Amino acid sequence: MSILAVSNLAAGYGAIGVLRDVGFDIAQGEILGILGHNGMGKSTLLKALSGAILPSAGAILFAGADIAQEPPHRRARRGLGYVPQGRQIFPGLTVRENMAFAARASGAPLVIVDEMIARFPRLQPIVDRAGGVLSGGEQQILALARCLCAKPSLILLDEPTEGIQPSIRDEIVETLLTLRRELGLSILLVEQNLKFMTDLADRVLHMEKGRLAFAAPPEAAA
Amino acid sequence: MTVSLRSALGFAAIAAAAFYALVVVPQGGDLTTMINGSIYASYAILALSLALIWGYGGVLSFGQAAFFGLAGYVYAVAGLNLGDTALAALIAVASAAAFAALLGYFMFWGRVSDVYLGVITLTVSLILYRFINQTAGEEWTIGAAPLGGFNGIPSTPIMTALGKPDETLMPEQIYALSVGALVVCYLICRLVIATRFGRAVVAIRENPVRAELLGYDTRFYKLGIFTLGGAIAGVGGVAFANSVFVSPTMFNLQTNGQVIIWVIVGGLGTLAGPVIGCFAMLSLSTWLGSLDGGGWTDPNLVMGVVLTFCVVALRKGLLPTALGLGERLFAVARERMGAPKLGEPRAAEDRP
Repeated sequence: MSILAVSNLAAGYGAIGVLRDVGFDIAQGEILGILGHNGMGKSTLLKALSGAILPSAGAILFAGADIAQEPPHRRARRGLGYVPQGRQIFPGLTVRENMAFAARASGAPLVIVDEMIARFPRLQPIVDRAGGVLSGGEQQILALARCLCAKPSLILLDEPTEGIQPSIRDEIVETLLTLRRELGLSILLVEQNLKFMTDLADRVLHMEKGRLAFAAPPEAAA
Repeated sequence: MTVSLRSALGFAAIAAAAFYALVVVPQGGDLTTMINGSIYASYAILALSLALIWGYGGVLSFGQAAFFGLAGYVYAVAGLNLGDTALAALIAVASAAAFAALLGYFMFWGRVSDVYLGVITLTVSLILYRFINQTAGEEWTIGAAPLGGFNGIPSTPIMTALGKPDETLMPEQIYALSVGALVVCYLICRLVIATRFGRAVVAIRENPVRAELLGYDTRFYKLGIFTLGGAIAGVGGVAFANSVFVSPTMFNLQTNGQVIIWVIVGGLGTLAGPVIGCFAMLSLSTWLGSLDGGGWTDPNLVMGVVLTFCVVALRKGLLPTALGLGERLFAVARERMGAPKLGEPRAAEDRP
């Protein structure tokens, strides 16, 4: 059963169209990768799915409901998580506060913060440190953990390995695979790191000039 | 300096300032001091309202005086018609809050961007100013309250003692009430910021898009803090109406501009800073105006120079700059006493 079904999606910035006639679906528990060069519309696709920009045409069915014209906060409350490029953590809040902030928005009990800290051991010694002073890798893990605190059923990951060291990359892969196995989490992954993509994705779509060009198994994409 | 120590010192300073204003000043204060003190306190409440919504909510209202003036007028009209000043004050504050909620609803649900938000609020305030200014005729009388046009309502009722409608409060009692209202409004702001709602408001100010993507309806939070700011400005308006009387100047461009200057000079992002900025600037203005053989300078010109100096040299404002200086001195003193620098591990033999 599809958790996300996108059809005929078009989106852009004002009069500038970026995505055209995009269609795909993601099954429950599936990890779908999207590859493509810079400027092909990968991040725009995630923004359109998360609600950061509203699509000009098409349908986005999430868990059976069309969310194409819903504001971002309503999509998030439905269980659509988004970890954007650049992490965008709250620099003035501590690691724990960043995570609690996401948990409260979804109405999840705050105990989930401790559960996520346990899943990401790298966060344990820095829970009371302000988000703004963390390293890039720590911020990436925090952004992911914060997203997971809202108990999403599908997460959109925008280039999570950008600028982080291989050990943290491996840690993220391991945790995401565990979460998929234990919770049936679905993931839509936009990434340029082929190793990360092949380690994680079940299926890869290739994006060219705002359209999805072809699908391939991860090994073929590599 | 740790956060808890800093917070404790902040509360101690506020308590000391409140004690000084409420107990020491009235002892030797003459009538002018009491009236000026009431006016300063009511303006400080207005500054506090902008400090909350701009400094913490990231919402720059260039027309915060609209709620200040509206509450003042509603208080005067309701007081003259009802006779019960306490009820009139409640109606006035509720009106300011309701007007802020209505205006905020259209702005935040309409996704008006920050710059236009400033323009809209200023325009609303100036519309009210123009409207009230032209209400000089007899036809502009609401019940027993003539709006009075540019003259305002000189017969604005003074608060009476609770349950004693014939016992009008004296200037020193109005002063105590105004300063007390300032302290209560300050504590309410501190309390609100410490709640989940307040923390969400601050996070939305830092990154509204991210907060929305995490599931927060940013419009709701912005509307909430804007409405609270309107209510607090309304409290200031009622205090002002009791200190002097209501007139269209409560809404005018100068009042709207001044409150922004107080916030910038005192320190945007703090609550006490804008209150200090307000008292400092008003005191300076009064002092300059009282100089014998004045005329050597224009107080407004001096205000402009002070603002420029603060923007250029004290970018964070008076309070944050003073706190930063204090912390540096504290660190130097600790170092001279041989204590380890904050964050440095202590030697093993020093540990208990």
